Amino acid sequence: MAGSGVKVLGSWSSPYSNRVQITLNLKSIDYEFIEENFYMSNKSERLVEANPVHKKIPVLIHDEKAISESLVILQYIDEAWTSNGPTILPSDPYDRAIARFWASYIDDKWFPWLKELEKASGDEGAIVGNIFEGLMVLEEAFVKCSKGKDYFGGDNIGYIDVVLGSYLGWIKVIETGFGLNLLDETRIPGLTRWAQRFCSHDAAKDVVPQTDKLVQFFMMVQATKTNSSSG
Amino acid sequence: MEESSSTSNSTSNKGVKVVGFWVSLFSQRVRWGLKLKGIEYEYVEEDINNKSPLLFELNPLYGKVPILVHDGVSFPESRIILEYIDQFWPHNPLMPLDPYHRAQARFWAKFADEKLLDPAWFVLNLEGEDQERAAKIVSVHLEKIEEMIKGKKYFGGNTIGFLDLVLAFIAYILPAWEEVASIKMVDPSKFPGIATWTDNFLNHPVVKTEYFPPKDQTLSYYKCRRHELLPLYKSYGNKIWTYIGTQ
Repeated sequence: MAGSGVKVLGSWSSPYSNRVQITLNLKSIDYEFIEENFYMSNKSERLVEANPVHKKIPVLIHDEKAISESLVILQYIDEAWTSNGPTILPSDPYDRAIARFWASYIDDKWFPWLKELEKASGDEGAIVGNIFEGLMVLEEAFVKCSKGKDYFGGDNIGYIDVVLGSYLGWIKVIETGFGLNLLDETRIPGLTRWAQRFCSHDAAKDVVPQTDKLVQFFMMVQATKTNSSSG
Repeated sequence: MEESSSTSNSTSNKGVKVVGFWVSLFSQRVRWGLKLKGIEYEYVEEDINNKSPLLFELNPLYGKVPILVHDGVSFPESRIILEYIDQFWPHNPLMPLDPYHRAQARFWAKFADEKLLDPAWFVLNLEGEDQERAAKIVSVHLEKIEEMIKGKKYFGGNTIGFLDLVLAFIAYILPAWEEVASIKMVDPSKFPGIATWTDNFLNHPVVKTEYFPPKDQTLSYYKCRRHELLPLYKSYGNKIWTYIGTQ
């Protein structure tokens, strides 16, 4: 079934796209990757057809069915391919609920602070404070979930690893851009070492984008926004 | 305010507790979910406008309801709780069984909370042109829900499921907000499918026999909320539209 009907509409620069790619790699599922210029206001017909509701990447297309929203896609991959290695979500119902909880915290609470930093004007101090506080919370979560092993998922990369790990490229961009040391071994030793392990894992190393490429990309998108006549 | 059902003594139902708020649509999802599975639980009322230390102990990050406590462990977030309930007690499944339809259910549940509920909350707490603009956003998104219910008794098919519970606020909370804010959001002539589903849902034997927030108290509660929040949201000005997005 290798390569049979699996496509990803995404972008190398998008953490949401990256997490789908990493998960497919973890499960050794072959797929065709189709790069979309998602930051342009004119979306491709292909993207609009695949995700008419949000017109956003990533979209997974499997057997001609389209699935969107990265966390929904991750869970779909886990449930649709049951003989491709361990599930990325824990099998125990409580651990699974906790994994979902942390994913939602990372996506809905923590990462938005990093995005806010980009737009900040004068209140950077407070935002940075929130970011660091959030990292301490995540460090504690890592200690609890990993139980002394390498990943949130234990011996193997799991759901929380993929969700947080997919942001590592952008975290490094923010560190560079704002002169911050977010992944500081003295403050968050567990997460700092985890980040290195994650980025060098086979499933992730060619997916998590390099910092300089992302910085260039970010500047290019900003220039496009400034030059374009509509929002 | 609300009262507890008895705790069951059977092993698998050991120590099921729901910490909720009597009118919270999120707490209500969990209560219906447990009822559909025939799981007895102890209900603990929490006044979200006067939060207790217990709430922060159980949900330190958000201090919100609902929280499910089961066998001594606890966690928040209604959609996460529903999936937990479904996995732990697999009889009378709430989620569809095949991966693609499960993905669809999760997708639309997220859509409901972000694209429908958020703007609808602003319809309740705004006025004039701003309120109309928010109501238009709700209407556009409701069209997608209307599409989905066509030809089906429930979003779950022939039986109530996860998505029905998540979307339940359309059936009983939005009408209350419409009355309080004097504006229509779910026009039955525009959304006949949703109107029929609303009837089916509210008349479902389990929905009817489980606790339901009393209508008069619900209206009074949201009248107060509107009174408090109107000046606050007005002061946000255009920031609101960044938050809820445009169509």
